[in-house]
Amino acid sequence: MIMNVSFKEWVKSGSPFIWLNAGAVAISIIMVIGLIGFIAAKGLVHFWPGEIMAAEYTLPGNEPSKVLGQVSDSEMVSAIQLKAIGLKTKDDAEEAERILIKVGNRDVYGGDFRWVLDHHLSNKTYPEKAMAVERREWGNFYGYLDKVYEGHDLVADVAQDDEKAWQHFQSLVSRALDIHESIMDIQKGEIGSINYELERLRLKERAYELEDELTDARKQDFVERRAELNKEYEVHQVTLSKLYTDLKRDHFTAKEMGGQVVEIHISEVVRAFRPNSMSIAEKIAHYFSKMGEFLGDDPREANTEGGVFPAIFGTVLMVILMAIMVTPLGVVAAVYLREYAKQGFVTNVIRVAVNNLAGVPSIVYGVFGLGFFVYFLGGTIDELFFPEALPAPTFGTSGLMWASITLALLTLPVVIVATEEGLARIPRMIREGSLALGATKWETLTKVILPMASPAMMTGVILAVARAAGEVAPLMLVGVVKLAPSLPLDTNYPFLHLDQKFMHLGFHIYDVGFQSPNVEAARPLVYATAFLLVLVIALLNLSAIAIRNHLREKYKALEM
Amino acid sequence: MTTSPPKLDFNTPALQRYRKARALKDKFANWGIAFGGISIIGAVLLIFFYLLYEVAPMFVPADIEQVGEYQTPGAKDSKTLMLSMEEQAEVGLRVQQNNTLTFFKVKTGEVLETHNLPLIGDIKAFDVSTDSGRLMAVSDSQGEALLVKHNYRVTYPNDQRLISPWLEYPYGEEAISLFDDGREISNLTIRDGEEAMMLAAIDANNQLTVKRFLKEEDFISEEIVLEEESVSLPNIAGKINQVEIDQAMNFMFVLSDQRLLHVINSNSETLEETVTLDEVGTITKMSLLLGENSLLIGNDQGVVSQRFMARNQEGEWRLRNVRQFEMAHGPIQAIATEQRRKGFFTAGENGQVAIYHSTAHRTLLNEKLVDGEILNLSVSPRAKDLLVETNGKITHFKVDNEHPEISWASMWDEVWYEGYNDADYTWQSSASSNDFEPKYSLVPLAFGTLKGAFYAMLLAAPLAIAGAVYTAYFMAPAMRRKVKPIIELMEALPTVILGFLAGLALAPFIENNLLGIFAVLIVMPVAMLAFGYTWANLPAKIRHILPEGWDVLPLIPVIILSAWFAIEVSPNLEVLFFGGSMVDWLNNDLGVDFSQRNALIVGLAMGFAVIPTIFSIAEDAIFSVPKSLSYGSLALGATPWQTMIKVVLPTASPGIFSALMIGLGRAVGETMIVLMATGNTPITDINIFEGMRTLAANIAVEIPESEVGSTHYRILFLTGFVLFLFTFVFNTAAETVRQRLRTKYGQL
Repeated sequence: MIMNVSFKEWVKSGSPFIWLNAGAVAISIIMVIGLIGFIAAKGLVHFWPGEIMAAEYTLPGNEPSKVLGQVSDSEMVSAIQLKAIGLKTKDDAEEAERILIKVGNRDVYGGDFRWVLDHHLSNKTYPEKAMAVERREWGNFYGYLDKVYEGHDLVADVAQDDEKAWQHFQSLVSRALDIHESIMDIQKGEIGSINYELERLRLKERAYELEDELTDARKQDFVERRAELNKEYEVHQVTLSKLYTDLKRDHFTAKEMGGQVVEIHISEVVRAFRPNSMSIAEKIAHYFSKMGEFLGDDPREANTEGGVFPAIFGTVLMVILMAIMVTPLGVVAAVYLREYAKQGFVTNVIRVAVNNLAGVPSIVYGVFGLGFFVYFLGGTIDELFFPEALPAPTFGTSGLMWASITLALLTLPVVIVATEEGLARIPRMIREGSLALGATKWETLTKVILPMASPAMMTGVILAVARAAGEVAPLMLVGVVKLAPSLPLDTNYPFLHLDQKFMHLGFHIYDVGFQSPNVEAARPLVYATAFLLVLVIALLNLSAIAIRNHLREKYKALEM
Repeated sequence: MTTSPPKLDFNTPALQRYRKARALKDKFANWGIAFGGISIIGAVLLIFFYLLYEVAPMFVPADIEQVGEYQTPGAKDSKTLMLSMEEQAEVGLRVQQNNTLTFFKVKTGEVLETHNLPLIGDIKAFDVSTDSGRLMAVSDSQGEALLVKHNYRVTYPNDQRLISPWLEYPYGEEAISLFDDGREISNLTIRDGEEAMMLAAIDANNQLTVKRFLKEEDFISEEIVLEEESVSLPNIAGKINQVEIDQAMNFMFVLSDQRLLHVINSNSETLEETVTLDEVGTITKMSLLLGENSLLIGNDQGVVSQRFMARNQEGEWRLRNVRQFEMAHGPIQAIATEQRRKGFFTAGENGQVAIYHSTAHRTLLNEKLVDGEILNLSVSPRAKDLLVETNGKITHFKVDNEHPEISWASMWDEVWYEGYNDADYTWQSSASSNDFEPKYSLVPLAFGTLKGAFYAMLLAAPLAIAGAVYTAYFMAPAMRRKVKPIIELMEALPTVILGFLAGLALAPFIENNLLGIFAVLIVMPVAMLAFGYTWANLPAKIRHILPEGWDVLPLIPVIILSAWFAIEVSPNLEVLFFGGSMVDWLNNDLGVDFSQRNALIVGLAMGFAVIPTIFSIAEDAIFSVPKSLSYGSLALGATPWQTMIKVVLPTASPGIFSALMIGLGRAVGETMIVLMATGNTPITDINIFEGMRTLAANIAVEIPESEVGSTHYRILFLTGFVLFLFTFVFNTAAETVRQRLRTKYGQL
């Protein structure tokens, strides 16, 4: 090929640098899209029912052993690494594939996962009858259903009629799940509110005591109310114990891969399925039911299984409270900067202050929130308004209110900057027209300017919400916990519990991904959570961008 | 015919009221909004001053206040052997030479109880193991040592705290014989440990005997039984004045002739060395600091020196002179050490008292407190009460000394900690043991912060600025509208997700493909250039398919392919050059430590987080350079690239500078990525393959477990304050530059 542009000329024209600059943009784009795609791929695959593989694993010089489980990861290892542990690759290739199999049955084998070398696996099959059982404890069970018992009676045996046994098993599982749900309802609902009421009585009594107003009549009243509550409690307790006996009634036996028979209570089972015999439609149904569980259920097994509903709920509630606080403050500040203040030294100082607020590391907000809000303000509030609960802190400990105030402070600059930009885009003549018609400044502002700037304010609030939803470092200091016993919004007076600690999606990722005892098992769930968070934040941001672009177009006509 | 307009009266009372109300509303709104606007400054100031308010108490010197003065309780004419207080500093104890133990009220000096020990005659020798252990060894003229502990029982009759003292004999009321012939002991030393106990005695003829007792639990009665082991000692010259034994009972320090210090290794039973203390004058007092590893040696010049055993360069144990405290008020009369911290009190001539902290090398107080010569000092376990005994009188002081551990030197200079062979920068804020020496050097943390930020900027600055140059100047507007939201999305990605991916996915990937990552650095630009050159030589027909300013699009597959190629090829290269694994090669051949979660990972992840920040601001700055400037340059025949370099970039450079500042500020304060993608070890090592701990991550790790109001808590606030100041400076500089730039462009 004859070059019609010589290399020298090409360099002289400066094109190489332009190409490199273009490359930088391309790299950034690849990184963003690749990252989101990676999280999506890893997170979404979590809900798909993977096939259960059965195989025989024979390491040279060892007895063959059976493996049964879902393939969860694979990687290449070099021959040198294998050599170090006395193994070889297939046909002396440079690399060998090593796969990670989730074999489950932590109660039987001690661990959930097993690394095996692909080329030492033989007789790979995907048995139709292989079953995966998700349990409340001890992780998944993989094996083959054997016998099903109702009480002590054998009601179905796979050896006789597999289809019938499986159906029967499934019906018992769904019965147990129903009972479990009603137990949870009673425990969290009725008994929870009785306990809450008892605690409130105790605090009230203590408050009277502190003020020396605990008369005998009041004392009597407390005793009576307590007795009433205790009686109610007894009633629930009876129902509960009956439900528990019902729940514990059935069990089944299953064979794990080695042939060992394991007995499992049906009450332990969350879901049982045979992925290898599922049709695509069934798999899709399973997929969405798992996704529903993820979005709507409480976590299980130290957060490594189950759902993230409390974290979603906590994040949303915190962000709403934060938005309620940050919107008026941010808008007022922006209005002052743009509409009221004389441009000059003061506005410059405020702009520097706003930029500083935006630039201060989030952990510093956390430290400030912990010291000032939690210990200083919270401690003072406790002494003044909640002396009866002391020494147990009410607001003097990290909680929902302080978290949302801290984040409101953190996101304030976002709202200010966005609102100011919106105000700046409104042409002068509109203000002047309003003033010329005799409206006061305040009337101009509320009737003309703010309605026009409302999409900009909206943009600011959305961006603030997106920022707050992803921020973790300050929350670690001022309010989140890995597992909150109850939601901060419930049916007990005063319904919204601002003093409670809450769960948060971002912190959930950190905690499960890094602090969990079983990181490997929790990883898919963390990816799913991360994807959820990215999705929410991306949607919020894109909608903010869309609103802003729309706004720009709208005022372009007015600008001339 | 003209019709007169309907008459309107604008001054009806109702309208007047309405106007007034409107005006009033307007005025209130004015104030309200102004207040709201200015409160933003208030918020920044509040953060600043609150952090300062939490930090300030650390730098306040100690304060001391006299609260009581009374006649010495017990026998006036008998010498005080020991003065002590219990935990609450309510009850004090005075041990006198005439074998009386007087318990008294610290507040008033009122005698509570008087005890006599089962001894014959006066006490001839006395020592206490540690102030907090409260085990005393007492000897009369019989050559035996009686071990007794002063104890306190706390009860709450009628909801009032009542502290009642009692004496306990943990090893029985039998005295332990030290000299078989019953010679009189003139000087006694005890060291009580978990598993063993040591006693050293000197007789009137300057003969030293040492006995070690192993503690064994009798498994039937669960009592502790002492099993004796004798220690034979090398000869020691001179008149022995005092013996001290360190906590681990490895070394004995024997002071003789008030100027020679013999260090005896009690395991090998040899003399390690003899230190002549001539140059520091005559030794007047010698005492062990909390932890019983450091000797505090006071001399007649009023200087206290701290010495402890450390290995020298040859690996031998030597008593090293670590630091000195100059009191400069005559000879040191008394030394009292704190029981929870590495602080101590000294007394000089004429009632002068000084408070020091050893690690911080800080003088917290040096004041004349009482008249007359001080005989004894006693510090309460919480170090909030001080008893000063002068002739016939005891004066009670309240000490306000919350945070002695912090000084400029202890945070930013190398400090020689106990047990270390040399001075070092170390951050180690807490440990399980009580006598732990907290190490609050901020250097490793500040270093880690800058290291992380440096590697992040190394990736982010070139990528972001190059990207901004292209996007603002060369890119087609239609594409620019699509690229900017993507970059904004990049900015919005929560750092917890970046940290999680960096720690759990990127770190293992890089460990396995280390060479690949470095290969990408070379292969990728080469591929881009090669593609560009080929493109320039393609027939015009093909080139024109792609409109101008869309060059990014064909580059995307080129980049992906080149990265994939580099990573695929690298295992072969690794086999060729590094014997199969670059990580092993680094570890074994170069001696470079490699940890999986290292600065490289942080640099990549944090660089990712910083790119959009720099990109947005820099792009803004370049884009807002007036078009007239670049058109002029192009019209004069400059190429687009020349215009960029010579005209646009110089004009936009302050904006780019402020972008870098803000990006740096963000990298410095980033928490989650560092927390998740490094091992969080506070080391001072520039090695890119090692982790670090940053100021921000340190706060996140440690503040949940620090006690509110403690020194540790305050120093974490200080690090927060340092971060705040750091970003404050960067942001203010950046914002000032940007405001200048805006005015300048306004003129163009």
